[in-house]
Amino acid sequence: MAKIIEPTIFELSSPGRLGVTMPASDVPETVLPPKELLRSDLPLPELAEVDVVRHYMHLSQLNYSVDGGFYPLGSCTMKYNPKINEDTCRLPGFLYTHPMQPIETVQGNLVLMYEMQEWLKEISGFAGITLQPAAGAHGEFTGVLMMAAYHKSRGDTKRTKMLIPDAAHGTNPASVGMLGFTVVTIPSDARGNVDLKALEAACDDTVVGMMLTNPNTLGMFDENIEKVIKLVKDCGGIMYGDGANLNALLGIVRPGDLGFDVMHFNMHKTFAVPHGGGGPGCGPVGVSERLVDFLPSPLVGIIEEEDEDTPPLYGFVTPKHSIGRMKAFHGHFGGGLVRSYTYIGMHGPDGLKDISQYAVLNANYLQARLRGTYKIPFDRICMHEFVMEGQFEGSDIRALDISKRLMDYNFHPPTNYFPLIVHEALMIEPTETENKDTLDRFADALIKIAEEAKSQPDLLHNAPNDTQFGRMDEVKAARELVLCCWLPENYETMK
Amino acid sequence: MTYIPISPNERDEMLKTVGVKSLDDLFDAIPKKHRFPELDLPPALSEMEAAALLGEMASSNENVREHMISFLGAGAYNHYIPSVVDHMLRRGEFYTAYTPYQPEISQGTLQAIFEFQSLMTNLTGMEVSNASHYDGATATAEAVNLAFAQFRGKRKKVVMSPAVHPQYREVIRTYSQGMGLEEAGDDASVNPESGPEAIIPLIDESTMLVVVQFPDFFGRIYDYTKLIEAAHAKGALVCIVANPTAMLMLKTPGEMGADIVVGEAQPFGIPLWYGGPYLGFFTTKKSYVHKMAGRLVGETLDSRGQRCYVLTLTSREQHIKRERATSNICTNQGLLALGCSVYMSALGKSGLNQVASLCYQKAHYAASELGKIKGFKVHFKESFFHEFTLQCPKPASEVNQYLLENGIFGGYDLGRDYPSLKNHLLIAVTEINSREEIDTLVQVLKEIDNG
Repeated sequence: MAKIIEPTIFELSSPGRLGVTMPASDVPETVLPPKELLRSDLPLPELAEVDVVRHYMHLSQLNYSVDGGFYPLGSCTMKYNPKINEDTCRLPGFLYTHPMQPIETVQGNLVLMYEMQEWLKEISGFAGITLQPAAGAHGEFTGVLMMAAYHKSRGDTKRTKMLIPDAAHGTNPASVGMLGFTVVTIPSDARGNVDLKALEAACDDTVVGMMLTNPNTLGMFDENIEKVIKLVKDCGGIMYGDGANLNALLGIVRPGDLGFDVMHFNMHKTFAVPHGGGGPGCGPVGVSERLVDFLPSPLVGIIEEEDEDTPPLYGFVTPKHSIGRMKAFHGHFGGGLVRSYTYIGMHGPDGLKDISQYAVLNANYLQARLRGTYKIPFDRICMHEFVMEGQFEGSDIRALDISKRLMDYNFHPPTNYFPLIVHEALMIEPTETENKDTLDRFADALIKIAEEAKSQPDLLHNAPNDTQFGRMDEVKAARELVLCCWLPENYETMK
Repeated sequence: MTYIPISPNERDEMLKTVGVKSLDDLFDAIPKKHRFPELDLPPALSEMEAAALLGEMASSNENVREHMISFLGAGAYNHYIPSVVDHMLRRGEFYTAYTPYQPEISQGTLQAIFEFQSLMTNLTGMEVSNASHYDGATATAEAVNLAFAQFRGKRKKVVMSPAVHPQYREVIRTYSQGMGLEEAGDDASVNPESGPEAIIPLIDESTMLVVVQFPDFFGRIYDYTKLIEAAHAKGALVCIVANPTAMLMLKTPGEMGADIVVGEAQPFGIPLWYGGPYLGFFTTKKSYVHKMAGRLVGETLDSRGQRCYVLTLTSREQHIKRERATSNICTNQGLLALGCSVYMSALGKSGLNQVASLCYQKAHYAASELGKIKGFKVHFKESFFHEFTLQCPKPASEVNQYLLENGIFGGYDLGRDYPSLKNHLLIAVTEINSREEIDTLVQVLKEIDNG
């Protein structure tokens, strides 16, 4: 029998135990629907409130988190999330407003959304913003839909190729696949920039556009960015910017000024919406002038101008050639936009620039401290993150072993095996919210681990050694596919 | 306000280690003419000022707890959330963690998702659940993606009941723009007020998926067993968009034979929050698990023989499969799935039964009282759960305006989406609505003709 650290909520259940109870009914009783419309059984747990609290408290203690320690997961921007945001997003006026309320009764929400649109335009240099997308990948899909709609509206139907650098996030090609376009991979050059020759060769009148992450996933700002954008635009393509790495650019450069046409924001990275163990995210999209009419509907606009006595009336507007609706209602308002509005409001223009400057300083400091010990394949001033190789000559130690060993030093590992173009990649993003002491402890740990790799390699092979759990059998999980803890009783007959 | 924990001395020391003179020198790779733009944004607020500003914005709204009586539903429901739910969500260990890529130090999140999957399969009567989607509408669009992948694009027809939430149908249309789908049912050819039997003739050998809602957008309850049999006879899959509160009481879509059951789990512990973030759930049969999008957690053992949980079948996902992935989905609604699990556990079988019963009883009381008012009538004869269609003597927009002046959000104006129902309100009643509130609604509506 396997040892159980924390039973499941179903195993903790005991028939007849009561949790939170509801008030008695205050209306005359009505008969239930006919029996054939009713369910026969409700196989759900039965626990007291204290059982529930202890269970989830125990589970929480099995997690590593930003509040608990350093989480340098590259490309994910695991920064500290200010506590005040947790309070503002739970104000009753935000919590208890229904998405279908008349607009006259939710002007507070609509002003917040309108100003957020304006702020994001200013920060990014774009002409229009949709707040609707639920996450980064959702924003990407929105962007690609707009690119397709733009070409279609011009009768330009032979464009089916999307150019994507080899260092791109996997969501880029997946978004393109959802529209049936084909992906043309563009290699990187020796300095980590887009290979201009390869790009030039790929640019023709069948190109939908290019999806470029800049700074790219190597943490490099493309030194030829203006040439790259010109090549794509000269062949009639549209330039998409993956905003995953925007934390390096606030007050530093505006993607819209560089000539990008579309970009999604990851509010859960750049603007401190907590990551929540995997979501919810929040992924607004900005566009240049030529795509404004294709934005998803609805957007927030002023539908009655102000006059001497009354403020403007904010409401919803539909762009002329809108691609349509991306989700129900109005985007991740409460848990997403309210938190990031609070965050941007508390930083102002100078504070935003500080964020990016210190995010870049911290990454360069770590890179400088680790340069002598680990191979850094694209070694120049990086932006907010950098990539090094987690392998040593003459040793069978891999990036995975180094990552697992870091857990013994009480650090969350960096991103492993991404980007795909670096062997045994360790992608490190410290963010601006770490102090020098933490960065030094982390660098010291990695330097020590490099020594251990030579002197005691089994310490790394078997790591983590000092955590509650050891390495896990992922093959068994995929082969046996136990995906829930309590199958319905009639499971056999259902098959 | 800043959250940067670095002193000027430390900064200078770090710059020296890097080998540059100033912070600005780190940005030489950026084209000079665009470097360091002046951003025209309001000056930074202190925490105290930000709290005051946001407080003002929030309190300028009329909300459904402190100011207004509300009978709005239509996909977002006003339910009581037990205090314990938010206490658990406020644990920094949960909300400041990310996707559990390193399972050894993420077992809290992984086990919580595994339990969420289990709760959802037991609720819907299905075999597998993923870790969640953005919302009910996008989960429904992902059902279309699953069916499209299942038939490898060879079947292209989606038969969609006109009584599926209008915004969900819009999202499916947006999502499927690149697929060349044929959509039937979602147009003038089907009377929106007809029942499921009206879409059966539209199902043929080119149909990949039939989409219906339970209870449907007008609140009606149908046993879809016959429709599902008819669809299966043509080889098509059936997706039911189901309300979780209603499933606590009613025959499960799984028992009816559905292939995919999706929906919006906002009613289970997620605040109204002006429409988001919410929680899409996605459950299906085990045979479709490889075509299902989204994250999936499975049980396994660690090197020390301890039971544990990992993300599994990741080879389906975008970061491995890239352009061949079924979907580009990357995040799930992790924290809200946790909230949903805590809600279901804290109320438990008994408390959840009570919630369902209160919704049903109060909605039927409201319908019965409203139906007695001259000129008003419950429009459909079918059974309903906690939402029903009320026929009014004048346009619903006028009725709502009158109610608004009396402190009531009346109901969703069905005329916005269905021209033939412009005199009809969709009224939702939950355990939040007291008898007194329902009686107030009835009283105000009695006055409308005189008013």
